[in-house]
Amino acid sequence: MQITSPAFKENARTALADPQLQKALVHVRSGFIDKRVKAMDALPEFDALRDSARAIKDHTLTHLDLYLERYEEKVREAGGVVHWAETADDARSVVLEICRAAGARTVTKGKSMITEEIGLNDFLEKEGVRPVETDLGEYIIQLRGEHPSHIIAPAVHVTRDQVEADFRREHDHLRPDRDLSEPEALLGEARRVLRAEYFSADVGITGANFLVAETGSSVIVTNEGNGDLTQILPRVHVVIASIEKVVPTLEDMSQILRLLARSATGQDMSVYTTVSTGPRRPDDPDGPEEYHVILLDNGRSSMLGTEFQDMLRCIRCGACMNHCPVYHAVGGHAYGWVYPGPMGAVLTPSLAGIDKSGHLPNASTFCGRCEAVCPMHIPLPKMMRHWREREFARGLNPATQRYGLRAWALFARHPRLYRLATSLALPALSFFTARRPRFRYLPLAGGWTRNRDLPAPPSRTFMQQWREREAEKQGAHA
Amino acid sequence: MSGREGIIGKVRTALGAKAGDAARTRAVHERLLAAPQGVIPARGQLPHAKQVRLFCMMAEKVSASVQRVKKPDSVPRAVAAYLRAKNLPSAVRMGSDERLAAMPWHTMKSLEVKTGAADPEDEVGVSHALAGIAETGTVALYSGPRNPTTVNFLPEHHIVVVDAKDIAGDMETVLASLRQTFGKGKMPRTLNLITGPSRSADIEQTLLVGAHGPRALHLIVVDGG
Ligand code: SF4
Repeated sequence: MQITSPAFKENARTALADPQLQKALVHVRSGFIDKRVKAMDALPEFDALRDSARAIKDHTLTHLDLYLERYEEKVREAGGVVHWAETADDARSVVLEICRAAGARTVTKGKSMITEEIGLNDFLEKEGVRPVETDLGEYIIQLRGEHPSHIIAPAVHVTRDQVEADFRREHDHLRPDRDLSEPEALLGEARRVLRAEYFSADVGITGANFLVAETGSSVIVTNEGNGDLTQILPRVHVVIASIEKVVPTLEDMSQILRLLARSATGQDMSVYTTVSTGPRRPDDPDGPEEYHVILLDNGRSSMLGTEFQDMLRCIRCGACMNHCPVYHAVGGHAYGWVYPGPMGAVLTPSLAGIDKSGHLPNASTFCGRCEAVCPMHIPLPKMMRHWREREFARGLNPATQRYGLRAWALFARHPRLYRLATSLALPALSFFTARRPRFRYLPLAGGWTRNRDLPAPPSRTFMQQWREREAEKQGAHA
Repeated sequence: MSGREGIIGKVRTALGAKAGDAARTRAVHERLLAAPQGVIPARGQLPHAKQVRLFCMMAEKVSASVQRVKKPDSVPRAVAAYLRAKNLPSAVRMGSDERLAAMPWHTMKSLEVKTGAADPEDEVGVSHALAGIAETGTVALYSGPRNPTTVNFLPEHHIVVVDAKDIAGDMETVLASLRQTFGKGKMPRTLNLITGPSRSADIEQTLLVGAHGPRALHLIVVDGG
């Protein structure tokens, strides 16, 4: 997908002025937060589980090469095939090869952020293979020609009215008098259309929430059941997963599962947790005949051993964006790539490059809520600051900002100079605002004054006032 | 394949690790062998009778319906009653699971029992669970020659029979019994952990029960199973 992250500011401005989007975003603010708190409060061990999950992922990441090797061995034992893809390009080619070998015209897809990351749908279409998204949210945005705006609720930016209009436009069999005013009717319509697709697809593609090294299994966690139909009905099942999804054992999966649904949707457990190992067995009455796993790196290995390694603990629960005031205001598309919100602000520069993700590490109020709710204890604000530092070091931010910061550094190192400058500046500033104590415009502070007034400072500096107060106190005691 | 060497090599370099480092290999080997359990919620750590009750309560909380019967022989009658109550045609689809096959289905005269993988036309599927997990009201089912996975997903109504004695307090107990059945490091093709009927909240975050999978999940708990 075309990355527009450098235009975050413009994207955000458009998003703020979009009434449909603003109407839809209300559901993020109201929907997720209370449910998560309720589920968490009902499980006294939640915090202990967070520590346990962090330890599991840290251990796995520092032994990642060995767990990946072990995982591959077990997949092979179970009759599956592992393909290693260093780049998005490699992964796309493998998918195409598998589709060609299977003679596939149609592939069904379970919800998968990785396939968004590698831009699989556009690619397959160009190659003459028709991808069909089967998760309701993904299906809606595929009809609209859009990308997900949330990692677990891809169509959270769309209103019910818009969905109805999309269905009426794209489903020619719909009679105009068919009542689609209730969400149930829309879901029923999508279910009916997609049922036929599951059976006509030759290949089913899913992502994975976990890969289990002990058994060579891939695990998907869903609510709709579409992921399961996608992987049991077609003749070929392809799993695309990034390398950090591996955990050592089934018990480790269980620890993290207890955090995943609670953090994501406030459920104790998602409806379907499905552990798949290899293709169907000789006497099985159903299931795919071929089972492939594509292990994607695409920049993750270069996060290992750096200050961004902790990000690889992410389980894609979405809690950080559900609690982010910036996300609440602008939605997911403004972030300009696959991963929005705080996790995206850290991950996008890591995977797509800081030069391509411009303002994202600045798309934060540094309120710290994302880190507080992250079930995997990922220090998101700290990592955004790391990116800001790198951005600065590489001279990627605008000149005014750089000079401003340099001037500030000079003052911070020379307090006397700072006191002298402020004691001269303040009387001057308050002279201009004697009648109305606010600035509508101030040179070099356009970023602030464009959208709001700057309150005028008092005429004496803090240090001056402090000294006077201290002197008064001394006087009173004497 | 070059992709493999490329990725493993980059991971090793980034971690500052050497191939064949004995200490690291041992750490991984031991971790896999021990499969430590981590934190187990106290919620399910109860006497067995209470675990069964917790299981039923948690399942109902996620919109499953639950019925308890005294013995396996009572299951066919319970299934027939469910079909009548829901106004469904008198036909069910199921695998050839031994426990299901041993039940007196023939006593339900008008009930048609189809065996094998599910068809798109099947309205009701019946499966037998490996186990129930009390902490979340989850049933665990696995695929095999006698247990098609399509029965769990294609029909609109899914009836799952679970023996009360197979209900455990937590997921880890069930994983351990799976390991016992299949052997360490081995798995059936598909293990389904199912918690309630399918649902979606993708339209304006409105929770709708009944998405692509079954609209209804009916659990029959067999006390003397
Ligand atoms: S960063 Fe944390 S909160 Fe955000 S999606 Fe990842 S695991 Fe969830």
